[in-house]
Amino acid sequence: MSLSVRHILSVNDLTKKDCALILKTAQNMEEISERSVKKVPILRGKTILLCFFEPSTRTRTSFEIAAKRLSADAVNISSVGSSLSKGETLLDTAKNLEAMNPDILVVRHAQSGIPHLLAQAVDCPVINAGDGMHEHPTQALLDLMTILKVKKRIAGLHIAIIGDILHSRVALSNIILLKKMGAKVSLAGPASMIPLGIEQFGVPIFYDIRKVIPSADVIMMLRIQREREADSFFPSLREYSRFFGLNKETMKHAKKDVVILHPGPVNRGVEIAPEIADGEHSLILDQVTNGVAVRMALLYLLCGAKK
Amino acid sequence: MKLAITNGRVIDPSQNLDGDYTTFAENGIVTSIHRNKKVPPGFEILDAKGAIVSPGFIDLHTHLREPGFEYREDIVSGAKAAVAGGFTTILCMANTKPVNDNASVTEMIIKRAKEVGLARILPVGALSKGLQGKELAEIGEMVKAGAVAISDDGMPVMHGKLMRHALEYAKSFGVPVITHAEDLTLSDGGCIHEGKVSTALGVAGIPEVAEEAMIQRDILLSKLTRHRLHVAHVSTETGIEMVRQAKKKKLPVTCEVTPHHLMLTDEACLEYNTHAKVNPPLRTRQDCAALIEALNDGTVDAIATDHAPHSEDEKSVGLGCSNFGLIGMETALPVLLKLVHQKKITLKKLIQLLTMGPARAMNLKGGSLKKGSPADITIFDPNRPVTIDPNRFFSKSRNTPFAHWRLKGKVLYTICNGKVVFSS
Repeated sequence: MSLSVRHILSVNDLTKKDCALILKTAQNMEEISERSVKKVPILRGKTILLCFFEPSTRTRTSFEIAAKRLSADAVNISSVGSSLSKGETLLDTAKNLEAMNPDILVVRHAQSGIPHLLAQAVDCPVINAGDGMHEHPTQALLDLMTILKVKKRIAGLHIAIIGDILHSRVALSNIILLKKMGAKVSLAGPASMIPLGIEQFGVPIFYDIRKVIPSADVIMMLRIQREREADSFFPSLREYSRFFGLNKETMKHAKKDVVILHPGPVNRGVEIAPEIADGEHSLILDQVTNGVAVRMALLYLLCGAKK
Repeated sequence: MKLAITNGRVIDPSQNLDGDYTTFAENGIVTSIHRNKKVPPGFEILDAKGAIVSPGFIDLHTHLREPGFEYREDIVSGAKAAVAGGFTTILCMANTKPVNDNASVTEMIIKRAKEVGLARILPVGALSKGLQGKELAEIGEMVKAGAVAISDDGMPVMHGKLMRHALEYAKSFGVPVITHAEDLTLSDGGCIHEGKVSTALGVAGIPEVAEEAMIQRDILLSKLTRHRLHVAHVSTETGIEMVRQAKKKKLPVTCEVTPHHLMLTDEACLEYNTHAKVNPPLRTRQDCAALIEALNDGTVDAIATDHAPHSEDEKSVGLGCSNFGLIGMETALPVLLKLVHQKKITLKKLIQLLTMGPARAMNLKGGSLKKGSPADITIFDPNRPVTIDPNRFFSKSRNTPFAHWRLKGKVLYTICNGKVVFSS
C-alpha cells in the first residue's frame, strides 16, 4: 500500500484511502513512542530537512521527534541565521538544500502557497507544516486521529469549529478533511472573522456560539492571536472571551460526551477557560501525542517515494 | 392605569388606519381601537376632538449631551424637549464625555432615562473606542447593556477596513450601523455648503462629494458584509439617489433626512447665521426638492431631527469657528407640517416617517397603535397657528434656525407607556 500523492500540500489532494492508510500507519507507530527505547531503524540513513521559515515550537519539535524515532537525520533550518536572511531567494535556498540530497522537505512558511512553490522546484517529497492562512494538513490529520480514537467514527459527527476562522489554516484543513470523511462541520465566531465565501464549502455559520454548542460532538476552539485586536477584528480580548470563549457557562449546554480540541498554543482565559482546557472533555494533550504518530506515519510513507 | 382617547382622528400608517376611533390603553399597552365611542367605567378619558391621534413619534437621531456637556442639554431637559415635540422614543448618539463606547456608560444613560421616565431613550453605542476611528468599541457588551445601534456619528469613520469590521462585528450582535457619511479629506475646513453662498460669504465650503463618496463606500460595504446600514441625515440629490439605487438592489440599507435639510437651503447661512451651520450643511433648492421626492417614493425611511444642542457661546464665535449643529425636537412637527399644508406630502406620509418608518429601520417595538403595542401616542392639532419662540423651549439650548417662524401645528398631548407625559 502506498499513498496516491508524493507531497502533503493540501488535504484536498488526499483520498479517503490515503487518510485510512495514514491513520492505520500512525496507529502502528504509536507503540514505538511508548517503549523505553523509543527508536526503530526504518528510516536510518534518511535525511529530513525541517525548514521552518516562521517560528514554531510544537510542530517543529513534533516533526523532529517523529524523524528521530524512526532513526532519520533531522536537520533544522530557520529563516534567522539561514542564507535567506543574507538575501538569497527562496528558490535558490531550496535548490541548494536539494543539492544535499534530502529525502523529505518539511516546510512552514508565513506566506500561503510556499510549500506548493517548493514542491514544484525540488525533487523530493514536501510536507506542508503550515502555510500562511491556507492549510495545515498534518494538524487536520492528527485531529482526525484524535477524534477517531475517542468517537470511533467520523461520519455523522457534528463538529463545531469556533473562533478566528479567517486567519486559521487549521480551520480550512479541518473543514475540508472532516467534510471529506463525512462529518457535519459548523463554524461559529464573530462575523469579522468568518471569511467571505466559506459557506460555499458547505458549512453553516453561526455568530452565537450557544447555537452550535448543544448539538456538537466535537468542539474545536481556535487560537485568538492578540494582534487581531489591534487590527480591530474584535474590540477587546475581554469582550471576545465573554461572547466567543468556551467556559463553564457555555459548556453547560454541551453534550455530556462532547470532546474539546485546540491546536495550541492556548490563550488561557481568552478563547478557552483554564478549567475547560484542563477538564475532562479536553483532548488537547492527546492531540500533541497523536501528532508525533501521524508525522512518523507520513515520513515513513513518503520516504522512498520518488518522481 | 386605564386610558381612553376619544373623538380624535386616528392615523396609524402601520395598519393603514385613518378615521374616527376610540383608542384604549391599559397598563402601558394599546388594548383596542374601535369606532364605538362608549367608554366603560374605570377609564380616564382624553378628549381629542379636532385633533390627530398618531403613534408616538420616534426620533432616530438626537444628542442629549449627558454625560459631559450638561450645560448644553441633559437627559432631563432632552426628554422634556422630546415629549414637548411629540417624541416618545429617541435614540441618543454616543459623542458624550466620556464617550458611550462601553457598557458602563450605556447602563448609566439607561438608568438616568428610567429615572426621568418621560420618554424612551435608547442609546446608540460608539463604533470605535473614544470615537477615534481606530479600534472597535466593545459593541457586544453595549448591545447586551441596551444599545440599539452603533455609530461614530459626528466623527466620520475614515478607515474603510474598520467600517467593514464594524458592520461584520455588529452583524454578530444583530444591531444596525448608522453612518455619518463624510470624507474628512474632502470636507476639510469647510463650514457651509460649497456654492454661491459660501463664495459670497468668503468662507470655506463643503462639497457634496464629501458626503456622497462616503455614502457610496458604506453602501458597498453593506453589500459586501450583507449587514444593515442606516445612512444618517442624507442631504444631497446624488446621495439620496445612491440610497434609492441600493434599495432597488435590495441591499439592507435605510436612511433618514432631517427637517432642516428638507426646508432650508444654504441661503439660511447668509448674514453669517451660525444657527444654520450644521453638518452635513444645508444645500440647495434642488437638493431639497430631491429629498422631498424621496420622502414620497419610499427611499426615505425616517425623518430624524439630529437635535444637536450648543450653548450661546459656542454659536457666537463667527461662522467659521462656531460648532456645527442645531436643535430640532420641539420644532419638527410644525416645520414638517408646512410640507403637508403645501401639499408636498400627505399627513399620513409624514406620520409614517415619524412612526412606523423609524421603528422598522431600527427594529424597534413602537411606531404603531396595533393591539399589544406600547401605548405611546401623540395627539396634535395640525392647523393651530404657532410662532417658534426659542425662549419657551424645554431644551437648554436655543440654537434653531426656525426662530420666529409662523407655522401651523401643535402637540396637545404626548403619552408614553400609557401615561400623559406632556400636555400643552
